[in-house]
Amino acid sequence: MLEDKDRIFQNLYNDFGADLTSAKQRGDWQDTKEICGKGREWIINEIKASELRGRGGAGFPTGLKWSFAPKEVGSRPHYLVINADESEPGTCKDRDILRFEPHKLIEGCLIASYAVNAHKCYIYIRGEYFNEGQKLQTAIDEAYKDGLLGKNSAGTDWELDIYIHYGAGAYICGEETALLESIEGKKGQPRLKPPFPALIGLYGCPTIINNVETISVVPTILRRGGKWFSSLGRPKNTGSKIYCISGNVNNPCNVEEEMGIPLKELIEKHAGGVIGGWDNLKAVIPGGSSMPLLPKETCETIKMDFDACVENKTGLGTAGIVVINKDQDIIKCMARIARFYKHESCGQCTPCREGSGWMWRMLERMAKGEATRDEVDMLLDVTKQIEGHTICAFGEGSSWPVQGLIRNFKDEIIERNKFDPIVKKQKDIPYLVDQHLLEKENA
Amino acid sequence: MAVKKISKVQPEKFEFNKKNKETADSIIKNYPSGKQQSAVMALLYLAQKQNDNWIPLSAMKYIAKYLDMPYIKVYEVATFYSMYNLTPVGKYFFQVCTTTPCMLRGAYNLVDVCKRKISEEENRLSEDGKTSWLEVECLGACVNAPMLQLNEDYYEDLDPTKLEQIIDKISNGEVPQPGSYRGRLSSEPENTRKTLIGNKNA
Repeated sequence: MLEDKDRIFQNLYNDFGADLTSAKQRGDWQDTKEICGKGREWIINEIKASELRGRGGAGFPTGLKWSFAPKEVGSRPHYLVINADESEPGTCKDRDILRFEPHKLIEGCLIASYAVNAHKCYIYIRGEYFNEGQKLQTAIDEAYKDGLLGKNSAGTDWELDIYIHYGAGAYICGEETALLESIEGKKGQPRLKPPFPALIGLYGCPTIINNVETISVVPTILRRGGKWFSSLGRPKNTGSKIYCISGNVNNPCNVEEEMGIPLKELIEKHAGGVIGGWDNLKAVIPGGSSMPLLPKETCETIKMDFDACVENKTGLGTAGIVVINKDQDIIKCMARIARFYKHESCGQCTPCREGSGWMWRMLERMAKGEATRDEVDMLLDVTKQIEGHTICAFGEGSSWPVQGLIRNFKDEIIERNKFDPIVKKQKDIPYLVDQHLLEKENA
Repeated sequence: MAVKKISKVQPEKFEFNKKNKETADSIIKNYPSGKQQSAVMALLYLAQKQNDNWIPLSAMKYIAKYLDMPYIKVYEVATFYSMYNLTPVGKYFFQVCTTTPCMLRGAYNLVDVCKRKISEEENRLSEDGKTSWLEVECLGACVNAPMLQLNEDYYEDLDPTKLEQIIDKISNGEVPQPGSYRGRLSSEPENTRKTLIGNKNA
């Protein structure tokens, strides 16, 4: 278990208050000037050495991302954009950072802006987090007043302005290019990549987009050294991470733990165990709703980091762990997730727009036992038609959970839906007859 | 994509009041010159707040002029995002999260309470005309499930009885306390905290 002194978010549970004075007592804003004084190269190399990977879901190496920003500022200004559009079901870590550790985020914004040559930073917060946004705004105002932001931010000679931009309830705006569209005042539909935002992003200018948690750990990494961070966890999966454990556990909670902590330890130790005992466990969604679920056998042994999750055919994602026990109907749970994706599809790509609805309706019928035996394979086929055929990763995000369900619980679905389609029973029916008409008596 | 309905009854005119005009102008300054369209989302919120929590078409036209952008582009934004109400909602607007993490902890029992105590259908005003409710997707407070959003505040760790009490309070004109209804301070594990022990509240 991670020692308390190695936890970055000391105020995760708001023991101290989020104001500037107590933030400074916890070590925030210490030596910010000196850190920036060591130069861009040093900052980026230190982040590379820490092997920090983005905490927003994809796990892209942060230092590498920063190095994609053009070295010199040309005719177009650079922007830093913070993704606080946390909407992945099962995830609520950024909310705690926004309301309890805002100064870690703001200081991280300053250092990151300096590293990527940006004078303007937009923080995109989901509209529902209005109160959290207000708390962050209070912290930003405090920082301006204290000279930590503005013309000569924290004595670094670097000019930085931070603005909050509220979203309005669109999950898709968590996708980085949709987020940029949304800041530009358009509907949030993802852009084709390339060009990547690092070269052509907000208003067509070079833009670096990072998750809240990623940016908030940066100041501590630089103060304590990239080596310290990379000594936690294992290579390529370093540092600590806030895990959100929700669902059928006795004590749902957020907790900061070392990367690679066993899933069982997280559930048993921090979340007070599965409701009804470990043997009552059915499945776990390890990384927010878009990651395939894990059956109980895998949950016994799996370690929670990026690579271990991939080895087990799932993903760490945002580390939003949703525990499902045997009192629940697993098909219904996944049908509800499919409904979420149907609701949130932006409608730009046909496979996702139509397919997400298909998956939802098929799963609803399967939950009720109204589907036919071969529809299970048809459903799998639908997921394969969506996956990889859309502009953004929403296609994967919506089809992976369904694939995970079929991979692990196919027998259970078939057990409930084991009758054959009507057309097979009556071979003399012409092929093009509408199937639903056959179900009526007078058809 | 969520289906959005436009209200049949529409006020003819809409204009920002003085305070909102000032706020709008300062928001526009947050964006580079010539990029005032970026402020459209914030201005729609202002309009919604000024107009009893819903946005009439006249407000969209007004904002289009205000930001020097085509009306259809404002309409596009207003209909795309789910938090813009295009029909009147209750003064007290309950949004119950029912996505899987909340569902696992009994969110649909809260929906039943809303159906019983507010109105049979979503988005229909209660008998006293003050409240309405809506089932929404993940609100991002999964470790405090089940929960709901009442106007801007989160009400967490609920159960049907507690929700009934909240609704009763509102009908009596009181404002119930937001936050956890099981006495939690935030997202800490109840009773069994194993981390950050040295801190004050542990």
